[in-house]
Amino acid sequence: METTTHPPKLYWKTCGALMLLLASTWGIGYIDLGLFNLIVALAIAITKALLVALIFMHIKGSSRLLHLAATVGVIWLLIMFGLTLSDYSTRGWVPLNH
Amino acid sequence: MEIIESVTQPPRSLVAEHFDDLEQQRSAAQLGMWVFLATEVLFFGGLFLSYTVFRSAYPRDFAAASRRTEVLIGGINTAILLFSSTLMALAVRAAELRNRKQLIWLLLGTAFFGIIFMVLKGVEYHKDWTDHLVPVFNFKWHEANSGHAQIFFWLYFAMTGLHAIHVTVGIFVMLILALLASFGKFTTGHYTPVEIAGLYWHFVDIVWIFLFPLLYLAGHR
Repeated sequence: METTTHPPKLYWKTCGALMLLLASTWGIGYIDLGLFNLIVALAIAITKALLVALIFMHIKGSSRLLHLAATVGVIWLLIMFGLTLSDYSTRGWVPLNH
Repeated sequence: MEIIESVTQPPRSLVAEHFDDLEQQRSAAQLGMWVFLATEVLFFGGLFLSYTVFRSAYPRDFAAASRRTEVLIGGINTAILLFSSTLMALAVRAAELRNRKQLIWLLLGTAFFGIIFMVLKGVEYHKDWTDHLVPVFNFKWHEANSGHAQIFFWLYFAMTGLHAIHVTVGIFVMLILALLASFGKFTTGHYTPVEIAGLYWHFVDIVWIFLFPLLYLAGHR
């Protein structure tokens, strides 16, 4: 029978990869890398999120309409972060004369 | 013996009158769920944004406060959610293959690990309370900048609390789906509800994937 889902082996492999990524982010949390702690932690989290979205949520192999719907949430999030942080990070650049 | 329903065309009565066929109905439901998830990204996004603004303003105080969270429970809970997501993905497959018995057990397994997650969350919140880490109600801070640490813990409770509400809703959804599955509801070729609930459960998993490093591992321990 034709299926749109993946073989169980792929799900278990994905599960294993997610657990390994969890172990690495947890372990790196105990090593002092300065700013790189945050960068590595976020890179691992994004990789895990992509694995879940692509394989478990079947974004891989789904229609372009769903690719678009899945991406817009992230794009709007980036706009919200972009506009807000451009405000907070540039406060104090111009002295106010009140 | 596994109960595998005979492969027949799903009855026409499962298709709402404004759809041409089951496949079109399924695509519409998937799109609707993904649009809902986009709104959820922004719902949680507001809290992630406040976290970003305050952490960049008080990085040292956030690192100090983060060291007081229960990293062992947080880490185990991450593994539990990842595992339950795997079971959920397998449940959708079982529904598509019309394997009723496997579907019921996988849905119950997904709910079971969700319940274990909530139990551990309860143990963790209780420990936070006895450690005087709950802002407004019993917050006591012996290091510098108590106010900044309190902002961290306010965000910690708001973000994990909102997430916990989502997990609770997910557990009830899985239990109801398991009950309906036992009546053979999703093994007729119409398994969209299982698929849609799966998308929700995986999304809740993704939110926790970001919460764990940001709340429990901010600054090295």
